[in-house]
Amino acid sequence: MKRPPHVSLTDEELEIARKRLGREPNGVEWAMLDVMWSEHCSYKSSRPLLKMFPTQGKDILLPVGDDCGVVRFDDKWAIAIGMESHNHPSAIEPVAGAATGIGGIVRDIISKGAKPIACLDPLRLGDIKKDERSKYLFENIVKGISSYGNCIGVPTVGGQAEFSSTFNKNPLVNVVCVGLVEADKIIKGSAPVAGDTMMLIGSKTGRDGIHGVTFASEELTTGKEEEVRPAVQIEDPLSEKLLIDSFMEIYQTGAVRGCKDLGGGGFTCATSEIVYKGGKGAIIDMDKIHLREPDMAEWEIVLSETQERMMLVVKKGQEDEVEKILDKWDVPYARIGVVTEEPRYIIKHSGKVIVDMPVDMLGEAPTFNRPVEPIPKAKIVKPKISDLKKYFLDLLKEPNIACKKWIYQQYDNEVQDRTVIKPGQDGSVTRITDKAGIALGTGCNSAHCGIDAYEGAKEALAEALRNIVAVGARPITLVDCLNFGNPEKPQAMWQFKTAVEALAEGMKALDIPVVSGNVSFYNESDGKAIDPSPVVTVLGKVELDKIMTMGLKDSGDSIILIGETTPEFCDAPKVDFALEKKTNALILDLIENKKINACHDLSKGGLAVGLAKMAFNGGKGFDVDVSKLEEKIDNNEKLFSESNARYVVTTRDVNSVVEAAKKAGLKAQVLGKVGGDTLNYGVFSASLKDAKRNWGNGLEELLI
Amino acid sequence: MIGVLQFPGSNCDLDVIHALKDVLKTDARLVFFKEQELSGLDGLVIPGGFSYGDHLRAGAVAAKMPVLDNVKKFADEGNPVLGICNGFQILCESGLLPGALTKNTSLKFICKWVEMEVGNTTSAFTRRYKKGEIIRMPIAHGEGRYFCDEKTLKELKANGQICFRYRGENPNGALDNIAGICNKEGNVVGLMPHPERCSEKLLGGEDGKKMFESMLEFIKNRK
Repeated sequence: MKRPPHVSLTDEELEIARKRLGREPNGVEWAMLDVMWSEHCSYKSSRPLLKMFPTQGKDILLPVGDDCGVVRFDDKWAIAIGMESHNHPSAIEPVAGAATGIGGIVRDIISKGAKPIACLDPLRLGDIKKDERSKYLFENIVKGISSYGNCIGVPTVGGQAEFSSTFNKNPLVNVVCVGLVEADKIIKGSAPVAGDTMMLIGSKTGRDGIHGVTFASEELTTGKEEEVRPAVQIEDPLSEKLLIDSFMEIYQTGAVRGCKDLGGGGFTCATSEIVYKGGKGAIIDMDKIHLREPDMAEWEIVLSETQERMMLVVKKGQEDEVEKILDKWDVPYARIGVVTEEPRYIIKHSGKVIVDMPVDMLGEAPTFNRPVEPIPKAKIVKPKISDLKKYFLDLLKEPNIACKKWIYQQYDNEVQDRTVIKPGQDGSVTRITDKAGIALGTGCNSAHCGIDAYEGAKEALAEALRNIVAVGARPITLVDCLNFGNPEKPQAMWQFKTAVEALAEGMKALDIPVVSGNVSFYNESDGKAIDPSPVVTVLGKVELDKIMTMGLKDSGDSIILIGETTPEFCDAPKVDFALEKKTNALILDLIENKKINACHDLSKGGLAVGLAKMAFNGGKGFDVDVSKLEEKIDNNEKLFSESNARYVVTTRDVNSVVEAAKKAGLKAQVLGKVGGDTLNYGVFSASLKDAKRNWGNGLEELLI
Repeated sequence: MIGVLQFPGSNCDLDVIHALKDVLKTDARLVFFKEQELSGLDGLVIPGGFSYGDHLRAGAVAAKMPVLDNVKKFADEGNPVLGICNGFQILCESGLLPGALTKNTSLKFICKWVEMEVGNTTSAFTRRYKKGEIIRMPIAHGEGRYFCDEKTLKELKANGQICFRYRGENPNGALDNIAGICNKEGNVVGLMPHPERCSEKLLGGEDGKKMFESMLEFIKNRK
């Protein structure tokens, strides 16, 4: 059999398609199958492994499987949450790529009936100290997020930024969006009633983003940037904002049966998945689709990934109510099809049937159990430090450690009047009601994952969780974005498998089910893979009168280190989930009973950097002696080891804290006191002012 | 009843409604830009956001909408009109306030808390502040650098129309550290910082509350 042109499926997949359809698909049908069976849309390499994750729980209202997940917040409210990547588009067109990444996840949230109330942007970028292009990508990715996120009126309340040369050509742009919906008004991405009207709403379909998902499902190649540029989508934040506002009104009518956004896979994916989920079929009239350019080919129309479009299934007879609201907001729309009883997917054009396939051919792609080959743990080299003070002051300037205000001050983090804990703390807190809010925390140390994918993935989850515990929140659920290399290469596939196993173990041990997620494979350029990056975001609930921050508060307060430090400097630190759980329980107990007045979980830069950040945040110094830590390790380890399950807290009531820790079977060591304008570690000291200048300007100075 | 004017792309409209209704316990409603009628309102707030996606220039498209004719009429009648951030840009673009807001000197969007000094305590929105009072408010804008010609600046100073000046750091390069101004009559005020974001302790401060309280006092005194 001849291979159909412009289709990236393997010969094996082509044969499966022919067999299932019982004939040779035509050109438009091949184009649609190519999209739906791509890695990006079908999760064909990852799906068998992702079954390990726990996805059910008492608060899960809409589990994994829809455009995003929904969990219960209280008797009235539910929280929609999703996480996406837009890595390849951002490598080619950083502004448009990063912007449309936000657009996509925000529409996922809207499609569940929820109003988007917060975004987070975990970023991984190249070595901006040495690589000029990485600098360009970094500045423009942040610009893209800033221009789009600010314009649509959704605050960007947090995120992450890591820098490493493994991301030079393949930066990772992940984005989380959270929305608010009444628990009994959740909309599903499903069309279960025949006769309902399918409406395509939003921007006119154009020629942008064609082949976007197949582009995302292969490696990047230097020199091919020009060729793949048309696969990048173009952003229009005003149209997105109008979708948010008009859809919030449309949902009030009760006319909506189901909704999906047009994201990866565009029209093909949204229209076929929504009827497939409802166990129904569709007859679509292509002549009705509103086009930006009138002479588009059929295959271009079905593949276009033009942004700011939604697929709405409206109850028959209520179309006018919906259209009246869209007219008010001047949002374009078209009635393009009908949901049918027979599960076939049919497109007509100029009166002729141009596509006719069983719906499940589009909805159920074949999956593959890819071969794996273990990678031995990377060798680590510990630096010799001759001058502790100099090492420390230089470390504060490192982009991975330095203050990220250059990034987050470009994001509107306060619009909607909900942001209680703003960027710069361990986790963010967003107000939901007068009394309670949600906390969001993100974790992943890609360098650690590069050393040891298993422990690194465990740490991503443990750290994300500690970030919300540190502000006083209890976890409800998590979302993840698993960024890995080419799954057709056994070593990359092994990294993925081992990370999934690690996360599944953690979710079970900590009793936090996953509610939504994303897998991004093929993060390789010129054959070289990134450090694997399983990024985890934990969503928690917090009482607003019990929130905690990291800044040192009152001079004379005692500083206490909770947890044990092991010699893991420069290594991927091990994670013991039982210990994490016990430690988190103690911290929440101390916060809720008002026994402590500052709290910070330790991660990058260990105790030295953790204490310093508490000082910068509170504008107060401290006087401690780390050499007195009872662990039998050298001072470098005491200062810089990144051992997990550790927090620094401050208190006026040392006995209560030490007693509570003892009762919990955890180590608590009094380090010293808050006060003064010096960071005194005992083994060296630095002035608060000098240290804060290095830390505060470190990132910005690299960009001038 | 206070109206909050909503354009396509306004995004602080509901925040202002929240501050007025939930914090100040006063009646407020959205006024969609296609709804021309403003009579019946006691005051009007043009909120922040990105009306028409900031296309052309921030506020430029909204300023040309027919509803602005009614806003002018409403202001001419002596009613209080407040423009916050994008609302300030719209007021300048439409000529209700003198001067213009240009790109921040950093050419970047800036979101942070700033300190300001109160320079006018007689306008409809500043009468509850004390002269020289130092207040803290958040800013969030890309085009907030106030500019006007020398003659206008002289007039603004002579008439006491400079309501707020940045203190310490000038975040956007504004002329003479100007953060907010009023018209000669004092019933139209525009400023770049967001008073609705600092009307509750929980969100980091309450210095914005007095701006809305000033308006309510102004309205009460007119009746």
